[in-house]
Amino acid sequence: MTTLFTIDDLHVSYGKVEAVHGISLELDAGRIVSVIGPNGAGKSTLLSAAIGLLPSRGRIMFDGSDISGLGVEDRVERGLCLVPETRELFGEMSVLDNLLLGAFSKRPNKAKRQALLDHVYKRFPRLAERRHQHADTLSGGERQMLALGRALMSEPRLLMLDEPSLGLAPLIVQEILSIVTSLRADGVSILLVEQNALAALESSDYGYVLESGEVALHGDSQALKSDERVFESYLGGV
Amino acid sequence: MSSLTSQRLGILAVVAGLAIVPWVFGSFTVSLFNDIGMAALVVLGLVLLSGVAGVISFGHAAFVGIAAYASAWLSTEYAISPWFGLPFALGVTALSALVIGALTLRLGGHYLPLSTIAWGLVVPLLFGNMAMLGRHSGISDIAPLSLGDWQLMTAESAFYIIWILVGLVATFCYHLLNSRMGRAVRAVRGGNVLLASFGANIFHVRLMLFVLSAVFAALAGWLYAHTNRFVSPAPFSLHVSIDYMFMMVVGGMTQLTGALAGATIVIAVKNVLQDLLPLVSRHAAQIQAVAFSTLFILLLHHARGGILSLASKMARVKTPAPTQMHDAEPPVEPLPRRSLPDKGQPLLSVEAATKRFKGLVAVNEVSFHVKSGEMVGLIGPNGAGKSTMFNLMTGTLQLSSGRTEFMGENITRRSQRDIALMGMARTFQHVKLRPQMSVLDNVALGAHARGQCGMLRAGFNLDTEEERRIHAEARRQIARIGLEGQEMEAAGNMPLGTQRLIEIARALAADPVLLILDEPAAGLRKAEKQALADLLSRLRKEGVTIMIVEHDMDFVMKLVDRLIVMNFGTKLFEGDPQAARADLGVREAYLGHAA
Amino acid sequence: MTWDIALILSVDGLAGAAIYLLAGLGLVLVFSVTRVIFVPFGDIAVFSALTLAYLEAQRFPPTIGLVAVLAGLTVAKEVVTLIRRGQFRELPRAVLGWGILPMVPCLPAFLLAGRELPALVAIGLALILVVPIVPLLARLVFHPISHASTLVLLIAALVLHFLLSGLGLLFFGPEGFRTQPFLNGMVELLPGFRVSLQVLLMVGTSLALAALFFLAFERTLVGKALRATAVNRVGAQLVGIRPATTATLTYTVVSLLAGFVGILIAPSTTMYYDSGLIIGLKAFVAAIIGGLSSYPLTALGAIAVGMLESFASFWNGAMKDVIVFSLLIPALLVRSHFSNHSDDGSDEEEV
Repeated sequence: MTTLFTIDDLHVSYGKVEAVHGISLELDAGRIVSVIGPNGAGKSTLLSAAIGLLPSRGRIMFDGSDISGLGVEDRVERGLCLVPETRELFGEMSVLDNLLLGAFSKRPNKAKRQALLDHVYKRFPRLAERRHQHADTLSGGERQMLALGRALMSEPRLLMLDEPSLGLAPLIVQEILSIVTSLRADGVSILLVEQNALAALESSDYGYVLESGEVALHGDSQALKSDERVFESYLGGV
Repeated sequence: MSSLTSQRLGILAVVAGLAIVPWVFGSFTVSLFNDIGMAALVVLGLVLLSGVAGVISFGHAAFVGIAAYASAWLSTEYAISPWFGLPFALGVTALSALVIGALTLRLGGHYLPLSTIAWGLVVPLLFGNMAMLGRHSGISDIAPLSLGDWQLMTAESAFYIIWILVGLVATFCYHLLNSRMGRAVRAVRGGNVLLASFGANIFHVRLMLFVLSAVFAALAGWLYAHTNRFVSPAPFSLHVSIDYMFMMVVGGMTQLTGALAGATIVIAVKNVLQDLLPLVSRHAAQIQAVAFSTLFILLLHHARGGILSLASKMARVKTPAPTQMHDAEPPVEPLPRRSLPDKGQPLLSVEAATKRFKGLVAVNEVSFHVKSGEMVGLIGPNGAGKSTMFNLMTGTLQLSSGRTEFMGENITRRSQRDIALMGMARTFQHVKLRPQMSVLDNVALGAHARGQCGMLRAGFNLDTEEERRIHAEARRQIARIGLEGQEMEAAGNMPLGTQRLIEIARALAADPVLLILDEPAAGLRKAEKQALADLLSRLRKEGVTIMIVEHDMDFVMKLVDRLIVMNFGTKLFEGDPQAARADLGVREAYLGHAA
Repeated sequence: MTWDIALILSVDGLAGAAIYLLAGLGLVLVFSVTRVIFVPFGDIAVFSALTLAYLEAQRFPPTIGLVAVLAGLTVAKEVVTLIRRGQFRELPRAVLGWGILPMVPCLPAFLLAGRELPALVAIGLALILVVPIVPLLARLVFHPISHASTLVLLIAALVLHFLLSGLGLLFFGPEGFRTQPFLNGMVELLPGFRVSLQVLLMVGTSLALAALFFLAFERTLVGKALRATAVNRVGAQLVGIRPATTATLTYTVVSLLAGFVGILIAPSTTMYYDSGLIIGLKAFVAAIIGGLSSYPLTALGAIAVGMLESFASFWNGAMKDVIVFSLLIPALLVRSHFSNHSDDGSDEEEV
């Protein structure tokens, strides 16, 4: 198995305040790696830095080359894709336009574009029904589907998901996470940031637990699920 | 040599140098100095208004014009001494500024500066179209200033009047910046929520500052009318307003000394260009305009901190020098304190609080109470509605339905500022300290509502007693959080954990009945969390009532008396921490359930 | 005021509205994509009007020199930046894109200027000569500070206006020009009510261009990318839309719109090097009525400004500008009232 993505001793600061203090992690091609931990642990900061929205110190390697110096758009063109916690949809544009723009970095021809659209609609039939609706009229679950669909339009090699279950009812969380796991079969590697620790570990191969901007613990997801230390980092020790 | 002494020596040298100008230079150079002095008056006001408080005005030349025309009109129409024209000019300008400011200063973001372009353009157009103001030919033969029978007709004779006024205004500004209102002015960029949190009214501060800067501009206008003895619309046009803005940016925007330096540099360079350009091109005037705009743009690109910022970085001159540097503080009477309710009295009660955003229910019928002397934690996972609940309690957001009560009074419809004045002090999840201000000044902001002195008393330095009391209180709170000796450090240089402590000290300086903390542990490292927890348990022992809105359960667990847990906008659990930890619902809310 | 006069004034108002519509659309576009409040819009319109006047007078338009100077400066700046960053492979593209491409319109202009030209050819030349100006200027002035606050960008825009009016004076001189009307004569719309063909042409062109503008935004992927950038900048970056590219495209469109404004206005108004500010700011009043974001409301604003100006000039010619700008204050107040009061976002640091 080849290593697709490596983060090495990453430091990220907001102004003078450092939020991520030297995190390192690795992701093998075709795997789902989850990053869990309480609020303020630096999970979202880590992803923002990985896609290039935030400046960082340290090395980020993707597919054998150093991408630390590249801008967001260059990273996207190389096949990285982030679905942020805030979704960042184009609210006043239609679902269809959102999806079409998802493929912007690929500049697909008409046939390819249609094929991508069909693929997304097949996965999310609800988006096909609402293709002419404005994105900001969708419900929370549908918005998350659109965010995922828009990401898939770029045929990403590494998909980074920030809190895909945030604010969603438990049933929809199940649906979203089962879609995430099914993406693995399509050859997409996934970095999954979740607060919903148990569900995240359930759907991933390997897990990192972040605490106060550092990796507190990492290991096989199945092993972490029964690790009392994960529980304590959330609910506090006795 | 301390920085204060060297600063004083510097000022002395500048004053001495200026005093001999009329004896050394010819009339032309002296009148150039007069121009610099008049421009400096306007730019001093702009430094306060735009540089420090961030209210950008593209129209201050119009205020210069209003005053110049007012005094010119009065003295030519009624043959009245310019000295009577002075209060008239200042009054008319202040009134205009009050009206314009009242109309436009509530505008947000870029709309405000756009509106200043509008009146900056309209006012000179009005001058050029009003018959009583001589239309485009203006008013000529204006009386010169006089002292007794001595008419100040020459540049040399006007020089001292102009520069004495510059000195007075600069001193006024200096005192103002180092006062209670001055701290509020320096905090204006932190936004409405910050100012309201310590009981200041941002609109009031901005309006007063706007009028003040217009009055400084009016002084310049009055001087201009009676030294130039001719007024026409051109010197008050939008173009000239931009020149003032340029001077401010050249001088570094936030520094009073920068106002003088900016005015000097811009006017001197302009003058040099005027001499040199005709030698190289017959289009000298056009090239000058182009050259100036180019320089301005280059300045915006490369040195937005102004030309002086480079020099001051080397010399490490701090803008507002601390007022007290002496070790032996004479004892001062402490600020008056609130009478606190007895322990166990209900302080805050929330009844069926509900908040809807466009159909989405963020907080749904949540009720709870906080009693005096308690420490209560409000916790829940991300997206549970904690922050919305926080904003509802502090009045930052209005309830959709339900009721909040504080110390027996209904505060459901009260403004954030009113609630703060009643004694609810808060901190911020995203720390809102003013990074350039010292720790002492940041903490002193908290005591804002405990003082009374306004801008005028501050400017004339009549607030020293109150200032000493506020400073003593701030020092006391800084000692309480264990930061003695670091009062003069810039708050922005502190690590996040310390910044959160400083926010708590600021809140404590308000002498609060209830201290409410918004995610104080977020982003802190382990040792910092421990320091914060130690401080909070000490405060509880001292009898401070505290409510912590927090995500981090580990942090609040060992600290609080009682926990309220929220999830999906509703109250999930209320009880003691151990019970919360054992509760299955809480466990599931935090960790999710395995599929 | 009789109905006849009101009717005539309304027609004048519509002609004005046609101008402010195009300018307003341009201003809203630039602001929504780049956050720049593009005060110097009118100056560009002046350049196109004066260029056309020079071509009609069979003189050599100084615009060619202006474009050449700007292209030279931009290439120099780009090359220095690239060399400093060690990105040598990007050099040919930068020279081609910022040096050669903007100079392309200069060639036909250079060859044809000084002769007697058919009106449409002269107009075409004037338009293509103006097109490179704004993208070049923006690359020089706004690109290096594209992350600065809106206020810094606004200051820069205002200074740029003064720079351009200085350049206008330097390149075109202080005289005013009026160009030939494209169409002469009147047409009787209602019995006894005649309208000049020129006015109809202005309104027609403006509406056609506005329609084209909307089509491009609704139907093409590039147009959608521009809209996406305006709607959500971070979202646009996340799908790989480059802000610098969209900005350049936006400025090109705006340059063209300003070119049209200049061509349309020049036959009916004498244009001087400094006429631009007032035109631009009146269009701003329209754009602000549209909240700097809504195109339909901007169109309504344009009609309001055009009508107000026309009726105000009948009432008091000297004060018409005062009256139009006074409309800005209530417009801003209404705007500010309806925009969300999130004062918290005012935490903009200048320095």
